[in-house]
Amino acid sequence: MNKTLLILRHEFLHTIKRKGFIIMTLIVPLGALLAIGVIPLVSGIAKPAVEITTIGYVDESGGFQQYTSQGNITLVRFDTPDDATEALVKGNIKEYFVIPSNYASTGVINRYTLEKQLAAPPTTTTAIKNFISSNLLAGRVSPATIDLIEAPLNLVTTRLTETGAVAPEQGGFGNFVIPGVFSVLLVLSIIFSSTYLLQGLGEEKENRLIEILLSSVSARQLLTGKVLGIGAAGLAQVVVWVISAPLLLSLASSTFGGFISTIHLPANFLVLAVVYFILGYLLFAVLSAGIGAISSNSREGQQLIGLLTVPACIPLWFMSLLMFLPDNPVWVVLTIFPLTAPVEVIVRLGVSDIPAWQLGTSIAVLGLSIIGGLLLTTRIFRTYLLMYGKRPTFREILRNLRSA
Amino acid sequence: MPAVEVNHIVRSYADKVAVNDLSFSVAQGEIFGLIGPNGAGKTTTIRMLMDIIKPDSGDVTILGEKLSEASKNKLGYLPEERGLYRKLTAIDSIIYLASLKGMDRHSAEEKADELLNQTGMLPHKRKKIEELSQGMGQIIQFIVTIIHDPQLVILDEPFTGLDPVNTELLKRMFADLRNQGKAVILSTHQMNQVEELCDRILMINDGRTVLYGNLTEIKSRYRNRTRSVILDFEGELGEVPGVKEKHTHKGYVELVLDGNTTPQQILERLVNTGIVINRFEVSTPSLNEIFLEVVGKNHE
Repeated sequence: MNKTLLILRHEFLHTIKRKGFIIMTLIVPLGALLAIGVIPLVSGIAKPAVEITTIGYVDESGGFQQYTSQGNITLVRFDTPDDATEALVKGNIKEYFVIPSNYASTGVINRYTLEKQLAAPPTTTTAIKNFISSNLLAGRVSPATIDLIEAPLNLVTTRLTETGAVAPEQGGFGNFVIPGVFSVLLVLSIIFSSTYLLQGLGEEKENRLIEILLSSVSARQLLTGKVLGIGAAGLAQVVVWVISAPLLLSLASSTFGGFISTIHLPANFLVLAVVYFILGYLLFAVLSAGIGAISSNSREGQQLIGLLTVPACIPLWFMSLLMFLPDNPVWVVLTIFPLTAPVEVIVRLGVSDIPAWQLGTSIAVLGLSIIGGLLLTTRIFRTYLLMYGKRPTFREILRNLRSA
Repeated sequence: MPAVEVNHIVRSYADKVAVNDLSFSVAQGEIFGLIGPNGAGKTTTIRMLMDIIKPDSGDVTILGEKLSEASKNKLGYLPEERGLYRKLTAIDSIIYLASLKGMDRHSAEEKADELLNQTGMLPHKRKKIEELSQGMGQIIQFIVTIIHDPQLVILDEPFTGLDPVNTELLKRMFADLRNQGKAVILSTHQMNQVEELCDRILMINDGRTVLYGNLTEIKSRYRNRTRSVILDFEGELGEVPGVKEKHTHKGYVELVLDGNTTPQQILERLVNTGIVINRFEVSTPSLNEIFLEVVGKNHE
């Protein structure tokens, strides 16, 4: 058998037998399965009791007697602020507010509470607001109109295709769930795979096995075999997740219905997830191998690779911004920049469409970076793999690269 | 056809010349000692023989051909500092590394069993490397070095950390390799091992050759230059004309001669003094002494 293939097979088997790898691969589908099985049980046993909150009010303006039940909040009228304060201190009411006599001209409502808060909780604000507007409108418009004024909008969006037909893929948060979760997994998988590569190289360098290996195979064969072997293991992991996602989803939606049943995978998601895992991994693997060659032990190497994985995580940090500002040009930059591209593309797939030119550019830039990184790394690899002890300075590496 | 033919190889690193114009050859069926102080360039030389690094100039021919991927399969290498995959079992380590030398799985396992049996390591076949003692790990690594029946075996400090039993075991196996017509290059600091095992030596210092040739011939060359005899006797030894210094050791006395007296003349004079002579020997410098002398001179 070809020696590169032998190394590939050895690294693949070695990686998939690691405890960390097995746990990581299985924990995602098993965890989801467990959640699907356990959640209905738990929610069946423990139905959260609906708590009715009592809020007091003092009506100095007059005319606020009706609509005292607002959802889970009940409003109780007091004659004077002193009565209300007494009830508040005794704990009979949670808080109270005063509608002053000049309310009609100022709109000011004074609220009193025992709790330290940044602002009034939105449920309380809504209850007070609806109570006041309902009372103001009472008798002037129909109750149905009052309901509409309180909740004037129930937006239902339908996405059409260019031909005017209803689009098969409707967007919305249901679309975002899988790419959101998957992008986190992708980052973990890329980081773990690169770390395995780095640890392996570090181990071989520390115990000098590298000399035996290099007396049997060339540096290029060793590098290629290792990168592809560990990459194949990482890919197997991603494929397990990708395959288990739709299965778990259909299981979950039949169990839960509701929001879960609106979750589905964006079109071409599976293909792009695999493509970007491969490209993203290759880029990080090539960089890891270079770092592994110049660092004197695996611990030092991991500190260096830590710096490189920061860009891979950037798209995750800005995920919530992306949801509300999907058209910002920053996302295009992150889609094309090779270190952020793999995760950014996956995250964006769940939020909006990505124009074909951006995907094409992004894949091309990633491909070129991998080739460039590979050329640099094989040079570094050969020069520094056999140097133990001192880590070369950046300037020394540059000089060696030029002279190599 | 010599096993190794090295012609004027030079290799420099950024700040120094590690190997400077080195030439030597190693024949098949001999144990060849590569010796020199720390930093002399031994490891760099070995790595160039193994094609792990390339010489800046000069060339290396292994078994009559330039090094290639195929010729790497004919080499066995035991590096100085040793290690194996800690989590892998002994047999899996051997089979994997043997497969990288072009052996198929089946014959690798068969040969591994034979060698494990020969070294008494068969009971530890399925143990992980991390469960083995350092000496056992070294035996496994030696098996890895020779399992693919290499024509040239390079051993860098093979005896470090081995107990006397395993040292003897290894020595026997080296002799077997020589008898099978294999070329063995032994790089070590342990001069007594070199004296015991090697047919020819290359001593290098600062990347250059300082001694090269047949070990017996080199030693006799240095003997002619020595001016001392070793004496074990009974009786009273007074002044002996022609003796410059007397060093008393446990069980014998070393007599250092002045420049004008031969050992033969001293023997005559000793017999005439009437003492009982149990042992009289023209002292042969040990390789260690030659090493110290040559390297010391170079340092001056």
